[in-house]
Amino acid sequence: MSIALKVPTILRTYTGGAAEVAVSGGTLAEAIADLDAQYPGIGARVLDDEGRLRRFVNVYVNDDDVRFLEDLQTPTPDGANVSIIPAVAGG
Amino acid sequence: MTAQTLSPAEGALLGSAYALACRECGAEYPLDASYACLECFGPLEVAYRPASVTREHIEAGPASMWRYDALLPVEPGASSRPGLQPGFTRLVKADNLARELGARAVWVKDDSGNPTHSFKDRVVAVALENGRRLGFRTIACASTGNLANAVAAAGSRAGLDSVVFVPSNLEAGKIVTTAVYGGTLVAIEGNYDDVNRLCSEIAANREWGFVNVNLRPYYAEGSKTMGFEIAEQLGWRLPDAYVSPVASGSLLTKVDKAFREFIRLGLVEDRAYQVFGAQATGCSPVSQAFAEGKDIIRPVRPDTIAKSLAIGNPADGPYALDAVRRTGGAIADVSDEEIVEGIKLLARTEGIFAETAGGVVVATYRKLLAEGGIDPEAEVVLLNTGDGLKTLDAVAPTSVPTFTISPAYADFESAYSGENA
Repeated sequence: MSIALKVPTILRTYTGGAAEVAVSGGTLAEAIADLDAQYPGIGARVLDDEGRLRRFVNVYVNDDDVRFLEDLQTPTPDGANVSIIPAVAGG
Repeated sequence: MTAQTLSPAEGALLGSAYALACRECGAEYPLDASYACLECFGPLEVAYRPASVTREHIEAGPASMWRYDALLPVEPGASSRPGLQPGFTRLVKADNLARELGARAVWVKDDSGNPTHSFKDRVVAVALENGRRLGFRTIACASTGNLANAVAAAGSRAGLDSVVFVPSNLEAGKIVTTAVYGGTLVAIEGNYDDVNRLCSEIAANREWGFVNVNLRPYYAEGSKTMGFEIAEQLGWRLPDAYVSPVASGSLLTKVDKAFREFIRLGLVEDRAYQVFGAQATGCSPVSQAFAEGKDIIRPVRPDTIAKSLAIGNPADGPYALDAVRRTGGAIADVSDEEIVEGIKLLARTEGIFAETAGGVVVATYRKLLAEGGIDPEAEVVLLNTGDGLKTLDAVAPTSVPTFTISPAYADFESAYSGENA
């Protein structure tokens, strides 16, 4: 199972500058766990102390905001695209 | 760039600003083009050393938002550099509206009087100053329309290229009033949240100053000037309450911040005031969270005529909730029909033609009065953030000639007396 995960600029210090990395896992939670296994420490940047998505992080699976889906339990099938993007206000 | 703690004495100074600080965890960063905390993704906000400003100093300043430059993250002399010089818009005592609604005292802060007819000229002015300082040759934004106008116009005036991204279903008026300034206008087949997300990715890969992405900490500070002006124009005092539209939640939050800064500086008397937020029911994630007593905002897919407020995933929503709850205010929402009635009520009673966001504010105020959510004895300031000429579609179907006749005197007499019988 391979998932293409887009890494935001501010987390690329963990990935050696890579903007996209391959991870595996059947759900978003598993994919983030694998990401952290490959790049130790990065998981804590995305999840808070209680293991929830930080409130200023937006995560998309195949272009859908996971808060419209099943949050960390959102399925990430083989070939899925996951993007992690800091929230930005606008108007 | 790494997280560090910068003391006011060590940090580079920009006016009285010395650092960007994370609103969530407090980590501090230099005053460059960044917006998210490396530690926790929290939004960065400008941190200031204590400033000392007097009423006399402000009153002697220009008749624009730059009269408050000492309280903004800009280098001195902003008013003499090329820009739109926005702000110092009128504060209108709305006695007819108050009478109609059974309220004691109502004011309208009318930001349709800005150069591109919305409060966005204020935020862009501060972002532009910093874009120029940081060496960007291109300014850009993700917009629901008003910001697009402001960025395109300010870019032209400042001699910078502009690239503006909007949802393709925007009101025709807002497309025209952006494209006319000659910058690049990119229409995206998606809603504002899609546009915003794309811009976050583009911002990471281009040397552009995105006013509401990588220049956002500076940009957001511009909204404070609307609050500063309200206090000064009331005669250096705070109202009992204000009602702000809520899209991202930034304006509501920054007007509250402005009031607190004025209190801290001793420019106004310290007193309690209430903060109220207004949303369209078709895009009301902050109002829903308020009603449910939650801190976390669940994003929604917008469906409302108030397109300038159609942000389904409002990044400053949690802070808007904080301000409202801290001050004993409320956030409520109104239907599209009520929004149109709100626009027409303000126009009919005060001669002010607000865009849909202003209609949301008037209608929400009316609803809060009717439901007992706001005291009719309270002196309230309603924030009108934009001009009705940009959202004609909202009122066009019900704003038509009273009668149409041939150019004959008898026809006029007949029709007019019939109408006024």
